[in-house]
Parts: sequence; C-alpha cells; structure tokens
Amino acid sequence: MTTILETRQLRKRFGGLDAIQGIDLKVEPGELRCLIGPNGAGKSTLFKLILGNYPVSAGRVLFKGEDITDLTAHERVQRGMSIKFQVPGIFVHLSVAQNLIIALQQTVRGAAQQVELERLLALLDLAESRAKRAGELSHGQQQWLEIGMAIALAPALLLLDEPTAGMSPEETYKTGELVKHLNAQGMTVVAIEHDMTFVRQIAKKVTVLHFGRIFDEGPLEAIVASDDVARIYLGKA
Amino acid sequence: MQLRRSIALLNGAQTVGTGRTFWAGFAMVVLLAALLPVVADGFVANNIAYFLVWTFMALGLSLIWGYAGILSFGQTAFFGLAGYAYAVVTINAGDAHGLTWAALLVALAVSAVTAAVLGYFMFYGGVRDVFVGIVTLSVTLVFETFMAQTAGPEWAIGSARLNGFNGMNGMPSLTVPWPGQAIVLEGAPLFWFLLGLLVIVYLGLRMLVNSRFGNVLVAIRENPTRAEMLGYDIRRYQLSVFVIGSTLAGLSGVLYTTWGSYITPSSMGLNAAALPIIWVAAGGRKDLTASLVATLVLLWISQMLAVYGSQYALVLMGAILLLAVMVAPDGFVLAIANRLSNARQRHPSRKQPTGTAEQATASIKS
Repeated sequence: MTTILETRQLRKRFGGLDAIQGIDLKVEPGELRCLIGPNGAGKSTLFKLILGNYPVSAGRVLFKGEDITDLTAHERVQRGMSIKFQVPGIFVHLSVAQNLIIALQQTVRGAAQQVELERLLALLDLAESRAKRAGELSHGQQQWLEIGMAIALAPALLLLDEPTAGMSPEETYKTGELVKHLNAQGMTVVAIEHDMTFVRQIAKKVTVLHFGRIFDEGPLEAIVASDDVARIYLGKA
Repeated sequence: MQLRRSIALLNGAQTVGTGRTFWAGFAMVVLLAALLPVVADGFVANNIAYFLVWTFMALGLSLIWGYAGILSFGQTAFFGLAGYAYAVVTINAGDAHGLTWAALLVALAVSAVTAAVLGYFMFYGGVRDVFVGIVTLSVTLVFETFMAQTAGPEWAIGSARLNGFNGMNGMPSLTVPWPGQAIVLEGAPLFWFLLGLLVIVYLGLRMLVNSRFGNVLVAIRENPTRAEMLGYDIRRYQLSVFVIGSTLAGLSGVLYTTWGSYITPSSMGLNAAALPIIWVAAGGRKDLTASLVATLVLLWISQMLAVYGSQYALVLMGAILLLAVMVAPDGFVLAIANRLSNARQRHPSRKQPTGTAEQATASIKS
C-alpha cells in the first residue's frame, strides 16, 4: 500500500530560526501515530507545513504518493486530509448543528446529510446541544465539535493538534476512545499530544521531535522506556 | 422537487424572520405597498420609488459585508459606473425596440466585470480586512475624480457627452415595447416594477444565503482559516459574493439614473459611499431583512430632514452610525428582532468557555 503521508527533508525557516530542520516522516495507512516533543520542538509547524498553511523553505510533502508541496491548503484538504487545530477553530457564533453542516456539505448532500449529522452529534455526545451557539459549549465540547468538523470531511488522514488540551481526565479518556474508534474504522490519525496518559491510551507508534528534528521514533513502549527522550523533556539535552 | 427545495431555503439559519406571522406580515406589507400608487398621490409614490431604488445596493452590501465579512467602502463605484453606462448606451441607442433593457444589461455587465477584475486582484492578491475597505473607497473616489474632469467636448462617447461635474442627463427611462403605445416606466409603473424587482431580489438573496453557498459565506466571515481547512477555496467565494453584491449596486445605479434621468460624479463620492454603510450597519448587516428595513427608514428620515437642508441629514446619519457602533454593534433592527424572538423562547444561559490554558508538559515517565 502507498505511504499515506511522507515528508522529505522538510525545512522551515522563520527569519533566523530554523523551526524545522530536515524532517523525513513516513506514515502508513491505518496508523495511529503520536507526535510528541517539548514546547518549541516544531510539532505544530510541521502540521502547518503538511497542510500548506505555511510555505516550505525546502523539501517535499507527499500525500498518497502525490507531491502536494505546491498545492494550496484547501486543495490538500480536498484530497483527503483534515485537521483539528490546537486552539479550537470553530464558528463560535453559529449553532453546533450549523458548524457540522458547513463541514458535512463538502461530502454529503440532501437527506443523507441529515442522517450523517445525527450520527456525528451522537458520536460526539452533542445531540442535546445542537441548537446552542458553539461558543456556549464547554471547552471540551468545543474540542469535540472541532474533531467532529474534521471527521465530517471523511478524511483519509486526520491530523489532531493537541486534541485534549484543557480537558478534564474523563474528557481526555473519552477523546482517546473516540480517536481509537475512528482509527479502527480505517482513518489514519497523526496526533500531537503532551498528555502522556493520552498517548499511552491511543498510540502504537510514537515520533519524538526536538529542535526541529526527529529525535527518536519507535513503538510506544520503547519510547516511553527511553532515557534520552525523558531527558529532553526535562530540558537536559 | 427542485422548486420545493428552493422554497425551503427561504427560511434558514442565516435569515431572521420565519414562520407564519413573518410571512403574513411580509405579504401584507407588499400588498399595501402595491396599492400605494392607487391611493396616494404621485409625489408620495415617486418618493418611495426613490427609496426602493437604493435597496438593491443595501442588500448587496449586506451580502458582501454582513454575510461574507468583507467591508467594501466603495459600492458606489459600481453604482456610478452602471449609471453612466446606462446613460451612454441609451443616449446613443434610444428607447425603441426594448433597447433600454439591453442598456440595463450592458450596465450590469459593466459593474459585474469591474467587480470581477477588482475582486480578483484583491482576494487572490491577499488583500484582507480593513484594506479591502481602503482599496474599494479609493476606487470609488478615483472614479468620482475622473468623471468630474470630463467637462470638455472631447469627453464624449458617440453622441453622449459625459459633462464633467454636472453629470449626464436626459437619458430615456426603461421602456417596455408594446403594440400601440410603449410603456414607459415612470410614476406608478416604475413603482410597481421596483417593488416587484425588490421582492424577487430579496427572496432570491434569502435563498442564496440559506443555501450551501451562504453557509460557506458565514463560515468565511466567522473564521476564514477554518473555512479553508474544510476544503473551501475562500478566495473564489469572496470573489463571487463581491461580484453579486456589486452587480446589485450597479442595478441601483441604473434604476437611480432612470428614476431621475440624471447621474453625476458625486454619486461615487465620499458622502455617497458612506451612506449605504450607515444604513446597513444601523439595521443589522448580518441580516438581509434588517438591512432592508433600516435602509428604507433611514432614507425616509433623511428626506424629511432634507427639507431643512441636506447637511442635517448627514449629521444625523453620522450620529446614528456612532450610536449603532456603541449601543447595538449588530444593528438596531436585528437587536430588536432578536429581543422579540428571545422573549418568545427562553434562551439558554450564556457560558464562557473555560480552561483554555494549554496543558502543562507532562513528564514522559509519569
């Protein structure tokens, strides 16, 4: 099977800062990959390069084998990738249902749209809040709503940037189960996450970023056991 | 089936005013308005026709600014260009054989193409937010300045002299060819034509903003990055809505020209450019009905005051804009409408999102 996401010697320079310094990342279809690393490691920047929010300074991005480096962000999304941002990127003045419909209308029309809306509302536990303004939801619910908008596009690749930031332990656990459920249904997921409880709950393979480079990569158990990885998190590297 | 689906779009998340009461009221207002030329004298009907002329520009601005979040300060550019285009074509071609309607179409095409070219460079060139306002205002002022210096005889297109600051006059009204006697749209026929056109445009726009297209517009207004990350080419939508709204401004321009049989450069000046913004902002830019109601009311107030001197109306309009910005940022009409609907259905209490702080970095070996 074709590698779903690949970056080749990806680089990003902001003025004098080398935020991403030659990253070769490969994600296979069906994977549930976690991307970890200390603050400033370049995780969110890497996502933005993959999605085309920032132009790359050098290197290529391949999606399902196709070089998408020169495509605009919306063209990349149309090809089957989708993101949940770090800061909730929802339409706060619109109703919960409308938020989802704006995403859903990209993939389904007519009566099927209503069916799909109901399915998503139930999946996200937001059925009772459908008429509420999205800005009135709790923080955790806003995060779920955004995950809902991202998966409404039925993407082949789902990018989650700190999906559990600001969530209570129960909400975090529920989010983990949701992500596992999506992955079990065939969606490839790459998640940036700081919360190691969450990473342990969901990940099989983990990539560690540090100073814009891949510091380590491997099965969850090996990464968790690594002294080097622990050290960079404590700032001794 | 298609018709039923279109009619269903008259009501939706993007428009205030649904249900039987609203539509009964709407039908009543249209009916009473239609009777006006019969019961009132010609002066009143002609005056109200003048108000109706401007509503298309206001609706177009509501669409561009209120729905898509693009503040265009220069809708008068399209108003003026279309007015001049209509004048030039009709003065040259006359009013026989339905040629005034061809002139109307040419004028609309002129404003649409101009908006498409300007919009392309703005939206595909990454011009955003307040800069769109600055660019569009500059454009309308440039057109005004240019037209004001066309007084000399060398400024003529065919037999149509542009006449500089004094503007053009003497163009024929819209004329429907009819066996026997052609119907000239003046007085009562013009009033009915404008009213009918307004109903069609208003209903059409309601369907548009409640459609898939309208959903994307409000998504772009609320959060352009998210809209893009849902796979929408936001530039294309911004350009489309800018062209539609500007063509409506052009429609107002043609109707104004045919109503008064004149068009001047000051129709593209600063005062003229500010007025539609005040009408739409004071009413509630995010709703077509609110914008429409406020436009009609404020035009009526302006005209009442104009008896005592036009400067009073301008001062009052400025004060209304300030008041709207400070007291009702979403517009007075919309605020009242929301108040009414809230009174009818208990509103769930507002809660601010909590816990936005990023989770602290956890130890890898926790």
